[in-house]
Amino acid sequence: MNGVLILLPIALLLGLAGLAAFFWALRNNQFDDPDGAAARILIDDEEDDAA
Amino acid sequence: MSALPQLPDEHVSVLAVPRMHCAGCMSKVERGLLGHDGVIAARVNLSSRMVTVTHDGSVDEGDLTRFIAEAGFEAQPRRRQAEKPYSAVKPLLAPLAVAAFAAMNVMLLSVSVWSGAEGSTRELFHWISALIALPAIGFAGRPFFKSAWGAVKRGTTNMDVPISLGVIIASGLSLYETWVGGQHAWFDGALMLLTFLLAGRVLDAMMRDKARSGVEALVSQAAKGAQVVGADGSMTYLAAEDLQPGMVMRIATGERLAADGEIVSGSSKFDQSLLTGESRPVALARGETALAGTLNLEAPVDVRVSSAGKDTTLAEIARLMEASTQDRSRYVRFADRAARLYAPAVHSLALLTVVGWLVAGASLYEALVIGVAVLIITCPCALGLAVPVAQVVASGALMRAGVMVKDGSAFERLASVDRALLDKTGTLTLGRPVPDAQALAMLDDEEAGIALALASHSRHPLSRAMAKALVARGVAPAALENVVERAGEGVFATCHGRAVALKRPDSSGTTAVLLRTGEGADRLIPIADTLRPDAREAIARMREQGIECSILSGDTARAVTAVAHETGLTAQGNARPEDKQALVGRLRASGRKVLMVGDGLNDGPALAAADASIAPGSASDVGLQAADFVFVQDSLSALPRTVQAARRTMQVVKQNFALAIVYNLFAVPLAIAGLVTPLIAAVAMSASSLLVVANSLRLVRAAK
Repeated sequence: MNGVLILLPIALLLGLAGLAAFFWALRNNQFDDPDGAAARILIDDEEDDAA
Repeated sequence: MSALPQLPDEHVSVLAVPRMHCAGCMSKVERGLLGHDGVIAARVNLSSRMVTVTHDGSVDEGDLTRFIAEAGFEAQPRRRQAEKPYSAVKPLLAPLAVAAFAAMNVMLLSVSVWSGAEGSTRELFHWISALIALPAIGFAGRPFFKSAWGAVKRGTTNMDVPISLGVIIASGLSLYETWVGGQHAWFDGALMLLTFLLAGRVLDAMMRDKARSGVEALVSQAAKGAQVVGADGSMTYLAAEDLQPGMVMRIATGERLAADGEIVSGSSKFDQSLLTGESRPVALARGETALAGTLNLEAPVDVRVSSAGKDTTLAEIARLMEASTQDRSRYVRFADRAARLYAPAVHSLALLTVVGWLVAGASLYEALVIGVAVLIITCPCALGLAVPVAQVVASGALMRAGVMVKDGSAFERLASVDRALLDKTGTLTLGRPVPDAQALAMLDDEEAGIALALASHSRHPLSRAMAKALVARGVAPAALENVVERAGEGVFATCHGRAVALKRPDSSGTTAVLLRTGEGADRLIPIADTLRPDAREAIARMREQGIECSILSGDTARAVTAVAHETGLTAQGNARPEDKQALVGRLRASGRKVLMVGDGLNDGPALAAADASIAPGSASDVGLQAADFVFVQDSLSALPRTVQAARRTMQVVKQNFALAIVYNLFAVPLAIAGLVTPLIAAVAMSASSLLVVANSLRLVRAAK
């Protein structure tokens, strides 16, 4: 029972943190260009990339 | 990008680059832009095929278009949208995240209860579940509650009504169970249901967003403005909506008119195919009327605006079309038709169960619990996924095959089509001038090189067609000197001391160019609009699919007959936009399901009025917006392929419904017998959903 009392809040907190992170991403336009985000990792930008 | 200091002399432009499709294209465009002075930042959005450029005053949109052209891509400037483009996905993402988060946590607690948590532990877990679930359901369920409430208010029902009822009643009963310390709570079931359904909706919305941004990137053809000549001879560029009657526009070769007007100086040939479907250029001289949307082919002219904006012929057709669109919106989706049967059946079944148990001597509470179990187990989780998942998988397959699907319900409408009307110019044919292949093959390498070099110096549509065909053949341009382009005549130059020219033939009945190389005879190269590749095969396949095809064109009877002869179809020519729309209406009234395939503005009303419509990617804005499907490649084989994909999709949708019903046949008797616990409900619901998803995934190859 004691273990549960500690573990439950931890589990919920971690979940909430994930949810908060998702909302942050949503609000900061991280989902504006899903195709571009997937493709951008393939761009080789060893020379400087201004954007 | 936003971190850059805002310089006083800083402008932001948005350009559409429809042909961008991979990481390589992105970096080529971005680097191509950044390599020029005056460009401060460039950021590609690959989903919407747009690039946002921050630049200073030394470059304008024309320069940016040129920079991108140097990088190898066509670009068109876009007016910067004041507000962000509408996205159907975004408002659903937050509810989905909340529902998924809550479902996972509640499930965690439920598993402990199922595996035997007793007494105070179980009560604690139920309370924590309620604490998580109730706010989550309130937030994540809103899209369903809103739509259900709307339907109930209108006195109808849709899929969202049984969903909302099931979720609300399940939460209410679970709260009561928790309060009295009962054995079962249904929070996990309610949340899982919402998660699955929201996932289906998000997929559906993603499909529509993707298609819409794809089409938006193609929309470009109508002129957005014109160079206006002032009284003192000065030139200013005005947007189409700022043009006033009485102003004089200067229309360069290859430019589209932004308003209707009378030609005040110069004469030229105009391509009116966008408006009338007539492919043959029309010669107009001083005093004659040129219409908005027509393309100036030959020489610069000055046009005095007679009507602009909402008064143009172009706008008139758009209004005609809007009326037809409203007509079609009365179509009832398959899922909603199913819901009309399903919802009353489920609700009366639950009611009968409650009454039955009461009669059999159960307490009111027991009877209610069993009634709710029936409602939850029949909640159309699999049904809610049956349609969207199948449509998303099929439209993904079509997208890879070069067909964009703008509306999910289009699959249903297209699947039942048995009559097709095809426009000629731009639909059966490519809609752009292509040099005659035989005449081109006659040219030796030197002649071809000179022709390419000459053609590349002109923006005239015929020159561009020549250049494109020659580049495709792999010709290297010759070195020229003293290149001059004379409007309405051609391009003249010297090559190795010989006078060469690519010019208008002195006398020729058909559209053609004359190549003079100074050596040997002059070459006459006919340039004409040709049939799309595979047009005949595509029509034969459509016939096999049981679709009767015919041509419906605004072009002259003579031009139509030639194409009709080549394709073996019956044809009707000289059809005005309203005639086309009327024919579609007549066929529909006689019980046929009509597919309209067209590209021009003149097809717009018919496209909107037909049961389903397909447009090529080269279509006018109006055509693109009115059509359900847009195919981007040249081959007409996209037509039978899309029809086939639509039919397969409907097959899978019906199988999905059958699966959901079979599942209900097994689960409902258990629920009525009072044997369904939350554990059984959770397992049964997930299993049926997964089965539906798995069945839909078979559509991955639907477009083959």
